[in-house]
Amino acid sequence: MKIAVCIKRVPVMDVRFRIAADGKSVDETGLKYDVNDFDLWAVEAALQLKEKTGDGEVVVFSLGPDAVQEQIRKALSMGADRGVQLKADRAPADPLSIAKALAAELKASQWDVVFFGKVAIDSADQSVGPMVAELLGLPCVSAISSLDIANGRGTAKRELESASEIVEFPLPVVLTVDEGLNKERLPNLKGIMAAKKKPLEVKPAQLDAGTVNVVAMELPAERAAGRIIGEGAAAVPELVRLLQTEAKVL
Amino acid sequence: MATDFFNIDSALSEEERAVRDSVRRFVDESVMPIIGDAYVQGKFPKQLIPRMAELGLLGANLPEEYGCAGLNNVAYGLIMQELERGDSGIRSFASVQGALVMYPIYAFGSEEQKRHWLPKMASGEIIGCFGLTEPDYGSNPSGMITMAREQKDGSWVINGAKMWITNGSQAKVAVVWAKTNGDADQRSIRGFIVPTDAKGFTAKDQKGKLSLRASDTSELVLDDVHVPGDAILPKSGGLKSPLMCLTQARYGISWGALGAAIGCYEEALSYAKTRVMFGRPIGGFQLQQARLADMLTEIVKGQLVSLHLGRLKDAGTFTPQQVSLAKRNNVNMATNIAREARRMLGGNGILAEYASMRHMANLESVYTYEGTHDIHTLILGQAVTGLNAFE
Ligand SMILES: Cc1cc2nc3c(=O)[nH]c(=O)nc-3n(C[C@H](O)[C@H](O)[C@H](O)COP(=O)(O)OP(=O)(O)OC[C@H]3O[C@@H](n4cnc5c(N)ncnc54)[C@H](O)[C@@H]3O)c2cc1C
Repeated sequence: MKIAVCIKRVPVMDVRFRIAADGKSVDETGLKYDVNDFDLWAVEAALQLKEKTGDGEVVVFSLGPDAVQEQIRKALSMGADRGVQLKADRAPADPLSIAKALAAELKASQWDVVFFGKVAIDSADQSVGPMVAELLGLPCVSAISSLDIANGRGTAKRELESASEIVEFPLPVVLTVDEGLNKERLPNLKGIMAAKKKPLEVKPAQLDAGTVNVVAMELPAERAAGRIIGEGAAAVPELVRLLQTEAKVL
Repeated sequence: MATDFFNIDSALSEEERAVRDSVRRFVDESVMPIIGDAYVQGKFPKQLIPRMAELGLLGANLPEEYGCAGLNNVAYGLIMQELERGDSGIRSFASVQGALVMYPIYAFGSEEQKRHWLPKMASGEIIGCFGLTEPDYGSNPSGMITMAREQKDGSWVINGAKMWITNGSQAKVAVVWAKTNGDADQRSIRGFIVPTDAKGFTAKDQKGKLSLRASDTSELVLDDVHVPGDAILPKSGGLKSPLMCLTQARYGISWGALGAAIGCYEEALSYAKTRVMFGRPIGGFQLQQARLADMLTEIVKGQLVSLHLGRLKDAGTFTPQQVSLAKRNNVNMATNIAREARRMLGGNGILAEYASMRHMANLESVYTYEGTHDIHTLILGQAVTGLNAFE
């Protein structure tokens, strides 16, 4: 079983973001980075698949500056066999540019399964996985929350708004992973030490200029401060009046 | 987000951060939810051992050829920090296993002893304890009266009692320090690897502890315990051998105390931002801000001390006196921070549901063991004056 996993370096989300001086990107000072959560579940799915079939290779791809090697090594420390960095100054805003660069690289080998996370938690396009599938001419099942692969075919579950859907597909296939498929393993210390010795190839990303650009970024408007109308039963009529006339919710 | 006001992360390697992050998650997911109960019940949470071993936390700075992770000392310190952010008892378990049992076997043992014991201890299959302190010899272990006598066939018979022994009741093996062949001089002290199922060996739980409750502490009695000739650690000799082990463990404790302090500070900080009194979060009052600012400042200083000490240790140039300074400073500041955090939490601060009072009580043990605060004061005093104030 040959398995590819594409992962993205994203900021850790427990901070207050600031917009950079250019007005259209995030100010990166003080940010910490990790592998996109959904991609970690994709790595875990790949490792479980390899372990279940008992042979094969898990290769991790990431497009971006040299800093992404840290995220590739995290996947290697979890157990992936080797990594490939598609080197670029930054991941472009146009998901199609990213998808083309990844597809160009993936095309060079035969894969049984190509995994992606369903969404990158920073850019939230949800499109790179399906676009790569299209460019490779492979079937794509997005947002899977369960997976079973045997004898060249697979079954997956997808969570819909108020139902779930079971789909079948042939291999090779592109899968994007949703929350709930698994819980990723913690890299153990031996894995972290071993990751340093695993192959990590660096190649230039074949990026085109792209057609989608971010032109501005805005923070959500500050919520207006609350207003205290009064206390106790005496304040109720005024509250009701304001809810009707001002808030218009009654 | 974890307390890193001085961007210490930027002084850590990618690998050191990766190790820290794995242990941090393990502690958040597996230790935090159970530790309050374990503490109240006075039980060491044994169920954590297989997971700790699998992650590679036992003897993590010893070489890979003995089944260990082969980490540098900074990464090892970060493990101790994260474990003690959970609880001093969990860190004590790992310190004793790694620095006080695996380390002496590694440093003073024969090749056979290392191959026999270290992989099984790294995998958590065998738990060890370290018996130095005696009922009448705590701060002054050179006075110990436990005695090993060599028999005609080269085997040894050991008699004596050891007190306050961490992991004592669950250990399968004890590294016991004893004087030899009737010689009362500290230079006759040797280390012995004693299986705890040997005839004449008993371990009794220390009852009534109000500190380090999620840790086993026992009294060991050795009554004519017979061990074979190859039980002795061949390269051990004199009090300096156990003291070398303590230097290893104290180094880890300097990091561990930081973890406890960070745990308390973060608890106090988050409480201060949400607890509303007199119409605003208590963190908005200057008195509480001063507390938080003081805590943060002491933590940053301690982080820099431990990190630099770790770099010196990795370079092979650190001194035991530098370790004394780090242990003394960091444990002391952590005891103060734990108490201040507990106070900031008001009534809630006395509950086991919050961590600060548990840390506060735990740290009293940490303040006392591995050389009391006073003893490290005297070590530093001697280091700078050249005058020995012990005797
Ligand atoms: C929870 C716990 C776990 C422990 N685990 C272990 C273990 O695994 N293995 C092990 O071998 N030991 C262990 N110990 C023992 C620990 O190392 C000793 O308690 C410590 O060395 C102090 O000895 P003591 O209790 O006899 O106190 P004492 O030495 O009697 O000290 C009493 C007081 O006198 C002070 N004092 C002593 N000498 C001087 C001096 N010269 N000048 C000024 N003041 C002085 C001390 O600072 C202290 O305040 C543990 C202790 C505890 C509490």
